[in-house]
Amino acid sequence: MNSPLLQQYAAVAGADVVRQLQLLAKPLRGMQVVHVNSTRRGGGVAEILEKLIPLMSELGIDARWEVIEGSPEFYECTKLFHNALQGQNVAVGDKLLREYERVNEINAMRLRPDLEQADVVIIHDPQPAAMLRHMPKRKGKWIWRCHIDVSHPHRPVWRYLRPLVADYDASVFSLADFVQHLPHPVYLIPPSIDPLSEKNVELADSEIDAVCERFGIDRSRPLLLQVSRYDRFKDPVGVVEAFRLTRPFVPGLQLVLAGGGAADDPEGEAVLREVHAAANGDPDVHVLLLPADANRVINALQRAADVVLQKSLKEGFGLTVTEALWKSKPVIGGDTGGIRLQVVNHQTGFLVSSPEGAALRLRHLLHAREQRMRMGAMGREHVRQHFLNTRQLREYLTLIVALVGRMTDRIELV
Amino acid sequence: MSPGTHPFEVRDCALVAIATGRRAQTLRELRDGLLDVPKESIYYHFWGRLLRPRLDDTEFHNDFAAWIRHCLHDETLSERLAIIDPADFTDLEELRQELLDAIEVRLDETDVQFSRRDRQFHFRRCQTVVFDTGVRIHEPAALATAIPSMSLGSLYYHVIDARWREPVRTDDFRTWLGQFGAGYQPLLDQLAAVDPYFSTLAELREELGATVGAFLRGGGAK
Repeated sequence: MNSPLLQQYAAVAGADVVRQLQLLAKPLRGMQVVHVNSTRRGGGVAEILEKLIPLMSELGIDARWEVIEGSPEFYECTKLFHNALQGQNVAVGDKLLREYERVNEINAMRLRPDLEQADVVIIHDPQPAAMLRHMPKRKGKWIWRCHIDVSHPHRPVWRYLRPLVADYDASVFSLADFVQHLPHPVYLIPPSIDPLSEKNVELADSEIDAVCERFGIDRSRPLLLQVSRYDRFKDPVGVVEAFRLTRPFVPGLQLVLAGGGAADDPEGEAVLREVHAAANGDPDVHVLLLPADANRVINALQRAADVVLQKSLKEGFGLTVTEALWKSKPVIGGDTGGIRLQVVNHQTGFLVSSPEGAALRLRHLLHAREQRMRMGAMGREHVRQHFLNTRQLREYLTLIVALVGRMTDRIELV
Repeated sequence: MSPGTHPFEVRDCALVAIATGRRAQTLRELRDGLLDVPKESIYYHFWGRLLRPRLDDTEFHNDFAAWIRHCLHDETLSERLAIIDPADFTDLEELRQELLDAIEVRLDETDVQFSRRDRQFHFRRCQTVVFDTGVRIHEPAALATAIPSMSLGSLYYHVIDARWREPVRTDDFRTWLGQFGAGYQPLLDQLAAVDPYFSTLAELREELGATVGAFLRGGGAK
């Protein structure tokens, strides 16, 4: 293994895992795989691609990443798509739809020489999805990668988008619960975290101390943390309630709620006001509004916490849970969505359905140091095996081998 | 290498799950789905699940039993399905019929049970890619160091998948060790006693490695 990048991943994910990736990628060497999304920086998709592309390249695949360019109206339209696909009752006017189609056509013309020649094209989310229509001479397989939960979409918007994505050779969703029926193979590949990213890399104690000091957090006292947007589905007020119910039994307890993105989000601002009202000036409740790039700060807070909460009422996959488990923290999570795949009762944490349930588990865990350690170790191993980006890459490679091959249920490369 | 024997060829495999589009919220819907789904879906819900995150349901040998227990809360049927050993069946259609028979009996015994809307059973299937690692093991003694360094995909292929793939319904390690004579019978017996369905693949790798290592430290084949 000569590649420094692969060696770094072998050190955290396991040499066997990286060796397996190399073997699996062997028949794909030299193949041109192009990912297309709508932003180079910011957001979960860009975060995944930042590492996936170099990893694929190290495995001998000619991996590329193209980003489409759009107008403000285009992004207004795709933001409405995003909300509608997640169930919000929003209308998207004809003018915006025409702009969506126009931007896709312009980008298709710009990228056509590369995309029509590529062996595999992976289109991320709805923004570039309509480009397929402008690739009549495409040579390779086209995959639509949907990162959104479209289980209960606003129907008029799905009726518009479905024909655009139905023509793909395959699609990929994160969980079976998120899927809409489509006339091609629908693969299921859960998301993952990058263990080498700023948000997950190991930190020196001094850095963790400095972050805590900056926010007035006392590291000698027990600390609870929830990292999430100020969104009602994340139930931050329920977390404050659980904290209040727990504190009489755990003197000195502190709570940090860390989130961001409220400035341009009217609902977020309202939720943030509710959280401040619930905290009622309590000096041991720290409500932090962090910028989008505060990855190392989040990392440090997760490492400083004794128990991490993700008390969501509704959740997609819940990558903040994955991040906390990777840092060997037991997680008390809402019994919903992808949290269920990660928080296993009595093993990596507890699933709860109310602030009272969360408080009960908190009282128990905060008095059981050994159990916290044991759960933490199990959580980290659970993530190492199933939720690192090496696993996600393995599944992409498997999909590509299957898709460019015979599309049978069993493909023997021996 | 001992004369007349062949080396153990270490293979590896990777799975990717595919949604079938069928889902169930009641036992009757599960029965209807079982009637329709491709047989590869039965494979996935018995075997493929072993490569998925599954910390809390190692007591169930298949997804059907786990869902019926956790989401329909029918312990009786869950127990009846959990005990089914898929290696007892020569093909997946027979296994499908066994499941259907057990569910039909239960439908006659009980009233309708619903799962929560967000806890439906999703029928899935998978595609499996099998590949050669190039690693060859020539002597049984080398197995003790080879097993702990194998990927979980290799473990899955040689221990779990082999029970379905090979007509002898055993794992590849025992099949291979069988060619080295009666001296290895005690090791074969010890390996047979390792139940692969009650642990994660990482635990299984540890247990198999330890079993072979202990046998060799105890003097090996007599």
